[in-house]
Amino acid sequence: MKTKKSNRERKEFLYGLLFAAPWIFGFLAFSVYPLLSSLYYSFTKFNAVTAPKWVGLQNFKDVFNDPLVWKSLLNTLFIAFVSTPINLMVALLLACIVVKDFKGRGLVRTAFFLPSVIPMVAATMVWIWMFDPTYGYINNVLALFGIKGPAWLLDAKYTKWALVLMGTWNTGTTMLVCMAALQSVPTSYYESAEIDGANAVKRFIYITLPCVAHVIVYQAILSIINSFQYFQQVYIIVTANSGVKGGSAAGGPENSILMYPLYIFHNAFTYLKMGKASAMAWLLFIVVAILTVIMTKVTKKVTEDAGGE
Amino acid sequence: MSVLKLKKDMKEILFFCMVILLVIVFISPFMVMVLTAFKTNSDAFTIPVKLLPRKWVTENFPAAFAAIPYFKYMGNTIFITALSVFGQVMVTPLVAYSLAKIKWKGADIISGLIMATMMIPITVTMVPLYKIYSKLGLTNTYIPLILPTFFGKAFYIVLVRQFFNGIPDSLIEAAKIDGANHFTCYWKVSLPLCKPILTTIGIYAFLDAWSDYLYPLIFITKPEKYTLSLGLQQYMSEYTVDWARLMAAALVFVLPVVVCFAVFQRNFVEGIATSGLKA
Repeated sequence: MKTKKSNRERKEFLYGLLFAAPWIFGFLAFSVYPLLSSLYYSFTKFNAVTAPKWVGLQNFKDVFNDPLVWKSLLNTLFIAFVSTPINLMVALLLACIVVKDFKGRGLVRTAFFLPSVIPMVAATMVWIWMFDPTYGYINNVLALFGIKGPAWLLDAKYTKWALVLMGTWNTGTTMLVCMAALQSVPTSYYESAEIDGANAVKRFIYITLPCVAHVIVYQAILSIINSFQYFQQVYIIVTANSGVKGGSAAGGPENSILMYPLYIFHNAFTYLKMGKASAMAWLLFIVVAILTVIMTKVTKKVTEDAGGE
Repeated sequence: MSVLKLKKDMKEILFFCMVILLVIVFISPFMVMVLTAFKTNSDAFTIPVKLLPRKWVTENFPAAFAAIPYFKYMGNTIFITALSVFGQVMVTPLVAYSLAKIKWKGADIISGLIMATMMIPITVTMVPLYKIYSKLGLTNTYIPLILPTFFGKAFYIVLVRQFFNGIPDSLIEAAKIDGANHFTCYWKVSLPLCKPILTTIGIYAFLDAWSDYLYPLIFITKPEKYTLSLGLQQYMSEYTVDWARLMAAALVFVLPVVVCFAVFQRNFVEGIATSGLKA
């Protein structure tokens, strides 16, 4: 009897392994191997052509002594901690609108989500055009109100704010998640609150927010993690502006939008310092891993506090 | 009573004004792309800047297609996209089935690992991947772009697994009593049921492959091998950018995505909403 059972178990195990085999292989080839060799490379010096040569901790020393690394880190933290709360508020506002039942709600939701499906390359190019100081729509709309708009992507004081503005446009995904969370709040809560005389603001603060808190916290940390991968937009912007006065191919005006991942990319593929790039990448990986652990812990705790789900 | 009603009406009007304003703000970049594509370039650079074209023209489109090998790039993009979608749709349900419907010890471990891989930044893996692909002589081919799609992407697997979880085990048990093994259960019972979620996966895979930028940027350096997302940059490398032409080119690049979104909106929305909540 027992052998029969273990026989069956073994069979299930083999089937499981067989069905999951593509992913397991991919995991080893595209995650484990690159992660480990990246760790090894971070202790070596090499470019695309030469073989890696062991240099010990030299790359990490270079990283910590490179002022541009710190600058790119600050730029990235700016996006992480300025963009994240703004985007979340925008997403929540949009979600509150589209959960309401009104005519044309579907169309409104489409409009809010549309920016999130437009390929980033094309979207970024449109934004560069809209941010044009003289001919761009943004400054021309501002001019209608008598405001003289800045040079946005060409002025180091405003470049990051331009990125923040671009980011708010891209909150469709977060909006949908928030929307689903809002829909999951039992309507009976609102009904009894209304009977107790709670107004809309109070209902939002005392019922809605606590019920969706875990989703918001999760999205906030996810957004911070994503900021550490902020690459494509800035790469396109700096490449586009490289020919323009005041522009720089490396990190925009005064390196004001040199993001950490962009600097990794430059080190790897522009300066061909692949060892240093790997060291930077591994430091990034550690930060992201810590954030991920915090994220799962916090979400678990908030969910439990909310009564568990 | 009438005061109350008035107040309610006012509130509603205010709400709609806000919604309309937000909608305008959110679609404006897309509208700018469309409107600029139909302007002459000198129109786009004339003060005062007008929202609508002074004269609607279509000359930007042929000019854009002639300036770079546009259709070649589009062909390259379609080729990569088609194979990527095929790979993801073939492999994702296999892995998801293993995690949701086969009772084995590995399922939980793999589920955990899958969540973990979602967080690995591409910047960490790109140097070793570049190194190995260039050693194998595979840079400037599409293999680095297509190959990973045949091993299942974490986010897609999670989505399909959730869908499989919703299918009652009894269906599979019933088939097994009839003597079916897991292959038959998968092929005859589970797969036909998960058509809707596979459509969703297909759309996401299409979108991902079509707009992918970083991978082509790393692995493709020969201009004749470019995808459209890389090719668009060529309009910007000139000293003065012909924005009308660039917007026309970008519009044609974006259009398939927008159409796909319009047709399959439901799948998009449901996929994201459920995955975000479960997380």
